[in-house]
Amino acid sequence: MRIQTTEIVDTFAEAFKMWAARVIITAATPQWAMAAAQSMTGFATSIIGCKCEAGIENEIPADETPDGRPGVSVLLFAMNAEGVGKRLVERVGQCVMTCPTTSCFNGLPEAPETVVVGGQLRYFGDGYQISKVLNGRRFWRIPVMEGEFVVEESFGVQPAIGGGNLLILGPDVPAALRATEAAVEAMRTVNGIILPFPGGVVRSGSKTSSRYKFLFASTNDAYCPTLRAFAPETHVPPEAGCVLEIVIDGLDMDVTAESMRRGIQAAAAQEAMQISAGNYGGTLGQYHIRLHDLLMETTDEH
Amino acid sequence: MSIKLNLHTTPSVPLEAEVITPQRFAGLSNEEIAALPVQHGNESARLGDFFTVSGSANGEIRLEGDLRLVKMIGQGMSSGRIVISGDVGMHLGAIMSGGEIVVEGNVTDWAGAEMLGGRIQIQGQAGHGLGCGYRGSRIGMRGGQIFVWGNAGSETGGAMRGGLIAIGGNSGDFTGVNMRAGTIIALGEIGWRSGASMLRGSIVTMQPARILPTFGYACTYQPNFLRFYLLHLRKMGLPVSDEQVNGYYQRYSGDSIELNRGEILVFAG
Repeated sequence: MRIQTTEIVDTFAEAFKMWAARVIITAATPQWAMAAAQSMTGFATSIIGCKCEAGIENEIPADETPDGRPGVSVLLFAMNAEGVGKRLVERVGQCVMTCPTTSCFNGLPEAPETVVVGGQLRYFGDGYQISKVLNGRRFWRIPVMEGEFVVEESFGVQPAIGGGNLLILGPDVPAALRATEAAVEAMRTVNGIILPFPGGVVRSGSKTSSRYKFLFASTNDAYCPTLRAFAPETHVPPEAGCVLEIVIDGLDMDVTAESMRRGIQAAAAQEAMQISAGNYGGTLGQYHIRLHDLLMETTDEH
Repeated sequence: MSIKLNLHTTPSVPLEAEVITPQRFAGLSNEEIAALPVQHGNESARLGDFFTVSGSANGEIRLEGDLRLVKMIGQGMSSGRIVISGDVGMHLGAIMSGGEIVVEGNVTDWAGAEMLGGRIQIQGQAGHGLGCGYRGSRIGMRGGQIFVWGNAGSETGGAMRGGLIAIGGNSGDFTGVNMRAGTIIALGEIGWRSGASMLRGSIVTMQPARILPTFGYACTYQPNFLRFYLLHLRKMGLPVSDEQVNGYYQRYSGDSIELNRGEILVFAG
């Protein structure tokens, strides 16, 4: 399949079952809310090395947040609900509570399960913390040197999808970057997804094996242009000089697929040489997202 | 279509009508509803002796007439809705655990007393003991929400341990007396000795207040939790200004003769 000059490889992205939470961070200014969100989503690119994947979903105008202040929505993914809870306690405690003027709210109040976050962090108040319950939701006011940190007792967690991906090939780095940046911008227009790597892009895609016993993931040699001449297997065409990957985590398959579809179209519009996807032969992931299917489906707006 | 109760005979002495709840009416015919027992002074009577029953049960009850001597409407209700056109008597929604009561008029004393859950909206004035614990009881309102567009009497939220009471006007003396927890917000003034003997909980006023000497001034700050409470009040229709949402509040801690973990927040502009 081709979109203008871009070849869309007949392959699939192999994605995994994960669990996710949405955290709404508000603050006195958009800048402080963003500072907390950036800190909370730092070092959260890959579940393999970071214990979770997290990213900024979007900015929220003040009139749409629980306390009427500017906010930022963060999505955090882990392999199970317990993992999400642990990472939230760590990251809200170290990155949001510490940030001036912030408050922190559950962004998935309808989720089927909850994990306790504010109910753990409250002990930082050393007995001076105050509980408030409004409309069935409990909040904790934890006294801090700047005033009070308000955090919700529990956060909703729901089944989600991690590891959706696109591989974008170009003749050189500038061309591949141009197409990938356009894809990232388009993919981020969908709510309910994050692209956890720096700028939404990862250059060091990995395979799930290594010749070293102590390492269970190593460079994806089949997509390294420099190894094309002698790697055991290569997917890099002779005319390609750069491969960039976009990893996507989504709250459900609809938003994940829609985001990938928009990414493909945007990258193709920038004359990407080839668009492919990473998989493990279908042996690991529970979800197979076929690129050709994405382009043939008519999807709703998200 | 809701059940309609029209008062055709005004009681000469207080009428105790705790049978008027959606769950008690559920599954009953209008004749059976009219036959439900009420207490008129020291005499037993039937609901139909005072009310004309019409409509059909769908979880909502609408009452009309001069109900100032009709007590205990919605007492112990757990679901559904009661709408009252006009003024109503004592103990409205006392001990209720769910559902909603809307009063398009004034209520007298003990509305929402020892309430557990649900919501009461009073578009006029409220009497004394709103959401309060009864005499001899250690705990008052434990949950739910009460909204009053006008003023409320004394001992509002007395011994309260949870929930929200929002007063559009002034709240009387001893607001939050013996309070254990929960939140009382008065957009007007709070009366004398508010918060006396409170252990925990929050009393908020938008007007200057006389604070008991057993409360200590802590600081003037922007309490972030109050923002979403005030936005909730505004959503319910109470006149909350942007200045109040975004404003600074003086925080007083007390009552120091008790735990000293309660607070009175006074709007400072």
